[in-house]
Amino acid sequence: MDIKERNRAYNKYVNAKIPKTRPWPTLFNSFWVGGLICLLGQGINDLLLYLFPNISEQSAWAYTLIILIFLAALLTGIGVYDKLGKFAGGGTIVPITGFSNSITSPSVEFKSEGIVYGICVKMFTIAGPVIVFGVLSSALVGLIYYIVYLFI
Amino acid sequence: MKYDTVKFRRQPKIIGSYSIVGPKEGKGNFKDYFDYIMKNDLFGEKTFEKAERKMIETAITGAIQKSKLGMKDINLLVAGDLLNQIISSSYAARAFDFPYLGVYGACSTMAESIAVASILVDAGYFENVVCCTASHFSTAERQYRFPLELGNQRPPVSQWTVTGAGSCVISQKGKGPRITMATFGKVIDWGIVDVNNMGAAMAPACAQTMLSHFENTKTTPDDYDLIVTGDLGKLGSEILIDLMEDNGIKLGLNYNDCGQMYFRRDQNTLCGASGCGCCATVFNSYLMKKLQDGQYKRILFMPTGALLSTTATQQGESIPGVCHAIVVEAYEE
Repeated sequence: MDIKERNRAYNKYVNAKIPKTRPWPTLFNSFWVGGLICLLGQGINDLLLYLFPNISEQSAWAYTLIILIFLAALLTGIGVYDKLGKFAGGGTIVPITGFSNSITSPSVEFKSEGIVYGICVKMFTIAGPVIVFGVLSSALVGLIYYIVYLFI
Repeated sequence: MKYDTVKFRRQPKIIGSYSIVGPKEGKGNFKDYFDYIMKNDLFGEKTFEKAERKMIETAITGAIQKSKLGMKDINLLVAGDLLNQIISSSYAARAFDFPYLGVYGACSTMAESIAVASILVDAGYFENVVCCTASHFSTAERQYRFPLELGNQRPPVSQWTVTGAGSCVISQKGKGPRITMATFGKVIDWGIVDVNNMGAAMAPACAQTMLSHFENTKTTPDDYDLIVTGDLGKLGSEILIDLMEDNGIKLGLNYNDCGQMYFRRDQNTLCGASGCGCCATVFNSYLMKKLQDGQYKRILFMPTGALLSTTATQQGESIPGVCHAIVVEAYEE
């Protein structure tokens, strides 16, 4: 049996044997925790509009995001968010709080290598690709928007 | 005796052993056997890397003390760990006044260092050699995987790197369990690319070493009171049993895996424990105790190592595995 064939057969055997993630409990937990985070965001938004009737709806959204990001960063710093994430998975990764966690956690972790080489360099190790693709795709969309508007 | 198995004529003795573990490990199944359980993972240091270094220093000093030798009686230190450039061992070696050999075999380092030390002692070049191996959950996690505070889920095949260090003194003279044979393993890669699934990556290497050990020494699994692998974990040891069965060797009740035994089920470590410290702490506490008590007469100790690096993995390489075996027998006059 040649090597490629052996490796293919072995990988097939391992994949059949591997313990699988149980989908229903995982999905359920991520769904309700994620939903709760969104509900919290909506609550903060409504509260802001109620407390400060003069601010526009758009700036209320911005403040809501800032508050959520702050809360997630704080929870990461005191070591709660990773436990929440272990329990809820995608439910805590998908909302903006997950993004905040992905930037804060390497900052906390690499503090020991100093401010410049530790915190600043490593801060974007996980979130970096998200930022790159976010900026690139928004630029692309802007370009398409511009070209389309030239003709109508 | 031929090829990759060495049979020791003078049978070097393990005259002292010491194990130190973290708090989570201290609640596991071997909690009554460890010499020292740390109160927290930092061990009074500023960073986890420094803590790992201090664990190694403590383990080496402890083993020498338990062997009733003085620091000046030690001729050589053979040590290794998981971090890049094996910094924990090398930096810890600064604290000692004897020569140092750094070895790396990933999680198989304990057997590798003992085998190398036994050869040096058996040949008569050195009288007393210290071996030490360590790993730390937090340092390994950030080198190989993600930051600790990242809220992600671990896949069901993943294993938990043990925070712990184990050390032993190997000597020509004195009383203690004897090292009678060592089999060095080839690097085997059967094309597993999933970095979480190290058990499956290492199992073929383990099977290979085990087969050549049995063939070279003309022994069978029944000749050993215990055959214990390092950190294959739950999945890996099941695969090993299957692979051995394919080769006509049945591993029975005298086979077990340190990684699988290490933690209790409610400790949430999924497929079990891993890391250099896993088999090192079990070997230098539980197994040594059982050999001294005479409960085990002859054990086959086979730690396995996954020789991966993040760079190689990101370049699409599969995971090579290696496994070294040593046979340790109870002391006889």
